[in-house]
Amino acid sequence: MKHTEKDRPARETRLEKALTPKRSRLEEFWVLFRKNRLAIAGLIIFILFFATALAGLFLTSGQNPVFDPAQIRLQEKLRPPMARANLDSLHPAEVPRLGIYIFGTDDLGRDVFARMLQGSWVSLTVGFVAVGISVFIGIFMGGIAGYFGQVLLKIDHILVSGLMVAGIAFMVTDWVLPGILLFILTAVLILYTVRLKNIAKNHARPAEFSFLEINAFSVDTLIMRIVDIMICFPSFFLILTVVALLPASIYNIMIVIGLTSWMGATRFVRAEFLSLREQDFVAAARALGVGNLRIIFRHMMPNAIAPVLVSATIGIASAILTEAGLSFLGFGVPPPHATWGNIISDGKRFIFDAPWLTFIPGISILIVVLSFNLFGEGLRDALNPKLRERH
Amino acid sequence: MLSFIGRSFVQKTITLIFVSIVSFLIIHLAPGKPSQVDPLNPKFTPEMVERFRQAFHLDKPLHVQYVYFYRDLFTGRTVSWKDNQSVLAKIWERFLNSLPLFIVGTILTWTLSFPAGIRSAIYRGGLYDRTTTFLSYLLISIPGFFFAYILIILVVTRFQVPVIGMETFGVANAAWPNVIMDRIWHLLLPSVLGATGGIAVLSRYVRSQMLEVEGQDYVRTARAKGLPPDQVHYKHALRNALLPFVTMFGLILPGLIGGSVIIESIFSWPGMGRMAYEAILARDYPVILTVNFFSAVLVLMGTFISDLMYMLVDPRIRL
Amino acid sequence: MEYNDHPLISVQDLKIYFQGDFETARAVDGVSFEVRPEEMVCLVGESGCGKTVTALSLLGLISIPPGRIGGGKILFKGENLLDLSESDFQKIRGNHIAMVFQEPLTSLNPVFTIEDQIGEAIKIHKHIDGEPLRERCIQLLQDVGIPSAADRLNDYPHQLSGGQRQRVMIAMALACDPELIIADEPTTALDVTVQAQILLLFRSLQKKRAMSVLYITHDLGVVANIAHRVYVMYAGVIVEHGKTGHIFGKAQHPYTQGLLASLPTRSKRGKRLYSIPGSVPNPALKPTGCPFHPRCPYAIEHCRSQFPELCDYGDGHLARCPVLFRHKQETG
Repeated sequence: MKHTEKDRPARETRLEKALTPKRSRLEEFWVLFRKNRLAIAGLIIFILFFATALAGLFLTSGQNPVFDPAQIRLQEKLRPPMARANLDSLHPAEVPRLGIYIFGTDDLGRDVFARMLQGSWVSLTVGFVAVGISVFIGIFMGGIAGYFGQVLLKIDHILVSGLMVAGIAFMVTDWVLPGILLFILTAVLILYTVRLKNIAKNHARPAEFSFLEINAFSVDTLIMRIVDIMICFPSFFLILTVVALLPASIYNIMIVIGLTSWMGATRFVRAEFLSLREQDFVAAARALGVGNLRIIFRHMMPNAIAPVLVSATIGIASAILTEAGLSFLGFGVPPPHATWGNIISDGKRFIFDAPWLTFIPGISILIVVLSFNLFGEGLRDALNPKLRERH
Repeated sequence: MLSFIGRSFVQKTITLIFVSIVSFLIIHLAPGKPSQVDPLNPKFTPEMVERFRQAFHLDKPLHVQYVYFYRDLFTGRTVSWKDNQSVLAKIWERFLNSLPLFIVGTILTWTLSFPAGIRSAIYRGGLYDRTTTFLSYLLISIPGFFFAYILIILVVTRFQVPVIGMETFGVANAAWPNVIMDRIWHLLLPSVLGATGGIAVLSRYVRSQMLEVEGQDYVRTARAKGLPPDQVHYKHALRNALLPFVTMFGLILPGLIGGSVIIESIFSWPGMGRMAYEAILARDYPVILTVNFFSAVLVLMGTFISDLMYMLVDPRIRL
Repeated sequence: MEYNDHPLISVQDLKIYFQGDFETARAVDGVSFEVRPEEMVCLVGESGCGKTVTALSLLGLISIPPGRIGGGKILFKGENLLDLSESDFQKIRGNHIAMVFQEPLTSLNPVFTIEDQIGEAIKIHKHIDGEPLRERCIQLLQDVGIPSAADRLNDYPHQLSGGQRQRVMIAMALACDPELIIADEPTTALDVTVQAQILLLFRSLQKKRAMSVLYITHDLGVVANIAHRVYVMYAGVIVEHGKTGHIFGKAQHPYTQGLLASLPTRSKRGKRLYSIPGSVPNPALKPTGCPFHPRCPYAIEHCRSQFPELCDYGDGHLARCPVLFRHKQETG
């Protein structure tokens, strides 16, 4: 009673249909993430914060804002939260929108609630833009180091690039003319060799110049050394230095924070790429003739993105804290624009008399940063198979 | 082993040279001149400005300035532009002030993080774990200056304890036990503050390392051999989980020259952080560059020590 | 070969479930087997049939959330292991029952020497230390066939080859002279030539030390070589068991028959190799009735609704297929 061959096809298709996974990767991730209640709380708070910042931007900007953060009312100094506005002493234009100071006033009589709203947008943008920059640089550097890492740079490449950088340096410092000449010279040289690459290949270099062909070091070494150099600078000081020396503006702060925190993302991306590069799906793609760029972005990046996402979320939290610290020291966005950090800074002299000037922004920063951290950790746990429960 | 040391030394020296160049460029390329040399500064007559410029070679091209500066640095002649004191002497004095903060902070961080993290990992999901996890998140997220003020308010109003500065004014004339107690009180709050962030981060990391190791096959083997739980956790798991931390130990070194600007500002503690901050504001280039240089040296030494210790501790690595 | 009537270890109707987010995975669903003294028993099945979970449960190594014991007994020398406290269980692990795991590289602690890891169990259970301990370790390494045993003592796991590491694991298991060794696919991670050596090692050790071995594998070739008796497991239940000769000569369960039919042998040369259609079911979504019926060529309506009982073919050979049993009875 052995079974026959012709029974197979129908039964097999029936059986194999039962095997396809019921949930896509995104759904599986979501199920796992959902279990972490703290992370969900973080996500909710983040969404609330985002909405508040957006609302704050609209409610406090323009000529006649709904909530005016800059209106000085010296007669209403240091009123506590939920205090009624003293209508007798105020012009109609000075009266706060709802007739009460929801979060009180500061030492210049400005409505703290309006200032908090205004500051939330600053915190949000600083966080996102700074991290955006650092992640962008990090992915770029890490990707190149991880994927093209083994490409060796020859002495002639290094010499020419070195001369070009020197040219730029001379231009920026006092030797303008030699700098321009050097720059043009090296640029021409590079273009020449790139365009005539085929012809150049057939020419053998004369013996004296053969040292130019020596492989000096790999792209990977170069990039990691740059990372090492960046790490040698204590980051907060670097940020402080640049922010103190440059004219104060929100953009400078964002850019500087971004430019000093890309090292972590680089390390993650590089590590992931190094391990992914050896995997079979990359070899398969290459064997099919898929170009390098497409392999990197379409195939490898989605796999490598997980630790970068986690570090980005936590990076936003840290950027917000850094911005608050800078504002506190007086280097943030210039007055009268409000940020949560400078509300605390302005209020530190009145800490015993008007504690709300310290507590309200402080607790707000705490909640927002906490939510980002929780969300980031939740992401990490959901994306990291190693930390799951073992069966 | 020797070749590793040799190679490392050469690489790190090259890195150091590049760091010195980059920091030099950053300082000098930033807009704005040092206040002393600013022709717009009303305190200086044009002749004084010119003399100043000549004395500090500011009229020469950048690379010449670079050579002069580092020559002076290595011969100990660098002088601050703000108050004409020797930079090395200034740094040393501030360093001695920052040192107790650093030592107490580091001891607190490392002795508290490990038990907390290990216990959290072994009893994962339990009350201890959930509580310490939440506390850690809280500590990581709280802005330093905010937390500082909360603590100050608490300590000053509840315990009537002085906290600002390194010692109470005039206490030097009191009996020496009082002086010591006074010093300790002043030291307490800033170092605790400095340590809290570190404890939060480190204990989370310890926990996650421990968890990862506890999930490994060899821990299961240890249990299958009938070893008591203490041996399983503290002999088999911990020894492997600690490996990355041994290397982190070397990275404490750069903290010596750090020193949080914010904490020192709040507590008026005359330490390295504030000195660097004031130097930045005054564009006191020699001080800034020297501090930067030493910080880079410490970072490189720290990474070197880390690599060395990793080699010593992990039998799988023999370079 | 005459056996004692008192089995060394007797598993009765063991059920182990794992609680997932939405469903319960019934990894071990009413398994009964026994190992007698000085016997080599093989537990055979594909990946996912529950054999590793069964093995781990014999040493109490299942993590209790998310796993839980759904019922049954594990009687070791008359005592129910499931009733034991953790500290009592520790006295049995490594001492009376020992285990050899599948992956020797990850199962050995990378930062301790061989001597340390082998000697640990002896120190704890037999309270031997110092020079006698060292000599015992050397003796064990020699027993498992590691050359220059005394030199190997101070090596670390990464300094040995895969085969040597597995021998070290076996030495670790033998250290306290256990009555029962459980080997969970010990050769799966090794090269074929090394596999043969380790198999022979198990066989000779079993005879020399007069101990019992529960050998878990998915490789029927291995089974034929060394086992006295075989248990075939599928989807968390035992579907057939008996003496090796019976199982290989006249298997009476469609699953066993399918496994045997898919072995490449000389007689099948040039012909299309048979494979059982379909796949092992998800332990959380098992079919009703007989777990094998969706893939079974002999399945009838009855198989879908009724969980089959074991049918006795005599001389210790039982199989869980009433359809084939009735067929056999009718045709004689």
